[in-house]
Amino acid sequence: MAHLSPTPVLDAGQERTMILNMGPQHPSTHGVLRLLLEIDGETVVRMAPDIGYLHTGIEKTCEAKFYQQVVPLTDRIDYLCPMTNNLCYVLAVEKLLGLDIPPRAQWVRVMLNELTRISSHLVWLGTHALDIGAMSVFLYCFREREDCLRLFEAVSGQRMMTSYFRVGGLALDLPIGFLDRVRDFANKFPERVDEYEDLLTSNPIWERRTKGVAHMSAEDALALGVTGPALRASGVDIDLRRDMPYSSYEKFQFDVPVSSDGDVFARYILRVREMRESIKIVKQGLDGMPTGAIKADAPKVVLPDREKMKTQMEALIYHFKIVTEGFTVPAGEVYQAIESPRGEMGYYVVSDGTSKPYRVHMRSPSYANLQALAKMCEGKLIADVVAAIGSIDIVLGEIDR
Amino acid sequence: MPTWAQFVLLSAAKSVVVIIILLTAVAYAVWLERKVVGRMQNRWGPTRVGPFGLLQPLADGIKFILKEDIIPTNVYKPLYIAAPMISVALALMSIAVVPFGEQLRFGSFSTPAQITDVNVALLVLLGVTSVAVYGVALAGWSSNSKYSLLGSLRASAQMVSYEASLGLSLIGVLLLSGSLSLREIVNGQSGTYFGFLPRWNFFPQFIAFFVYLTAAFAETNRIPFDLPEAETELVAGYHTEYSSMKFAMFFMAEYTNMFTVACVGTLLFFGGWHGPALTFLPMVVQSFVPLFWFAFKIFLFLFLYIWIRGTLPRFRYDQLMAFGWKVLLPIALANIVLTSLYIGLTTP
Repeated sequence: MAHLSPTPVLDAGQERTMILNMGPQHPSTHGVLRLLLEIDGETVVRMAPDIGYLHTGIEKTCEAKFYQQVVPLTDRIDYLCPMTNNLCYVLAVEKLLGLDIPPRAQWVRVMLNELTRISSHLVWLGTHALDIGAMSVFLYCFREREDCLRLFEAVSGQRMMTSYFRVGGLALDLPIGFLDRVRDFANKFPERVDEYEDLLTSNPIWERRTKGVAHMSAEDALALGVTGPALRASGVDIDLRRDMPYSSYEKFQFDVPVSSDGDVFARYILRVREMRESIKIVKQGLDGMPTGAIKADAPKVVLPDREKMKTQMEALIYHFKIVTEGFTVPAGEVYQAIESPRGEMGYYVVSDGTSKPYRVHMRSPSYANLQALAKMCEGKLIADVVAAIGSIDIVLGEIDR
Repeated sequence: MPTWAQFVLLSAAKSVVVIIILLTAVAYAVWLERKVVGRMQNRWGPTRVGPFGLLQPLADGIKFILKEDIIPTNVYKPLYIAAPMISVALALMSIAVVPFGEQLRFGSFSTPAQITDVNVALLVLLGVTSVAVYGVALAGWSSNSKYSLLGSLRASAQMVSYEASLGLSLIGVLLLSGSLSLREIVNGQSGTYFGFLPRWNFFPQFIAFFVYLTAAFAETNRIPFDLPEAETELVAGYHTEYSSMKFAMFFMAEYTNMFTVACVGTLLFFGGWHGPALTFLPMVVQSFVPLFWFAFKIFLFLFLYIWIRGTLPRFRYDQLMAFGWKVLLPIALANIVLTSLYIGLTTP
């Protein structure tokens, strides 16, 4: 059945090489990535990534769901940054519907997205350091990630699968005292980043393991469709939050760190700086948080408030209709891209005018970034492969969808 | 009783006592490591079995014994089974020549706190530790698995390379003390420099000590040199295919080796069992005070091991080899030259 299998097959090219199967069960392939390595001693001659071990059929499942029912599916694509995916999907649908989102909802979305970026980068930093052998950093990162997850739990009731954003706004208003908790976190977090950097940034072993390793030039990165921190580490200054602002990102001041080294260390230091920038955005979000509505004024799309349902007949009818039949979206197609922690996360939504999407396609950054892996690793050592996998920060759920 | 029978009986008894103590110490070194690393990482470490998780080693031991012993189909069985035994046997053997203290007195009977007092103890130690690489190499080869093979290749190369620096780092001490007997090396370190500084070889030989320490970390496959079993690259390295008690044997061998290098480091550089006399203690325990100092110094060594594990990332294979041959070896050689010059110029 070999001819039916999409599995890439590598033949040992010469007498002296052998094929090493790395994954799908391997401690540092970040989930279920499978790599086929042709190695000569410890040097990687060729490499072929093999994906599909986490295929969930989410894209297809979306076609059988009402628009509002797709939101929980988007959590599960990239389980490290659910809010980012929620946001991207609802933005796409809102674009089709032409909804105006009230400022408070937009600001909350931005703030939570930056917290998501921090928690995602923390998982990345922890596992990346663990791959290179620095074990303690992993647990320090998870300590702060825990704080982030508690914040998510406070707003959505869920630590990871938040599904907090809705087409037209937010599911609920922020709980009482939430902003103070975020401020506490934002105040103490920079010190914690210093702590990680103490352990890694100027550590000679860390530098030796990361500097000049898995180099990728700007041309290669662009040709392979690499986005996000991996692209900026190669010297291409693109950040969708600044270049194609969405959800009122244009009202926030932040720097986009760029480096031209293109190695693992550059990707590391860039993400660490991004965490610091994110906390700045969170603080701006806290300071300028508008008051007012959290849902758009669109009774046919947005679920009415409980109070109105008890007093107004139409509200009750709308509620019943949205829940049982969904809401219809005008026919058309839309592509919405946002800057996820991993790069350009894009949702391509096609509507045929019914209450279920005709097609939902996700442009996942991990998928494109993974293509660069072979380029980075061929001719290097096995240990560099591990460092390179960590440095492109892939999430397999997002690759396989 | 004839003298030879006395000798045999006494040696056997000492061996049993030392091995029991050593294996218990190994088990509790694992406990200590889990506890200390846990605290460094905002965790508790073992807490469930016994107070402070103190019975955890026991529970682990029972678990290892009761686990199913899986022997993969394609392994070369004789060597696959022999490899962990070689490892653990050699690890335990090296402790035979290590002295733990002066004479132990029980009433009128007294015996040296050492299994055998060989006058070339250091050579025996070096010899035994270099044979230990066979256990690792054979394990990787006989497992018939690519990861095991890569791990054992790394381990063999690493141990052979760092063996050179390790051996050379000890020569400075040998030049100073003029003996290969560990007991005499330790006795040469009694007294003080300038009246306050203990006469430890560490002070004149601190370069040698750092070379020794680094090489010792590499010899025992500890972070930052734990490449043979770098779990994020090679799964578990040479013992990937081992389970149950066979795995536990490798584990014991590794920790026993840690004790051995800690012992040698203490004996050669830190005055062995010499320490401040604790005169306030009753006479009965006085003969155990040297043992206490010895154990205390070893504990500090182990703590250093654990501390470094909680802090540092791991080297890459080529960097490790380059470091061993291009940095450590020249330093060790330079130290020998310097020490020889010093001795040649000061002694008429």
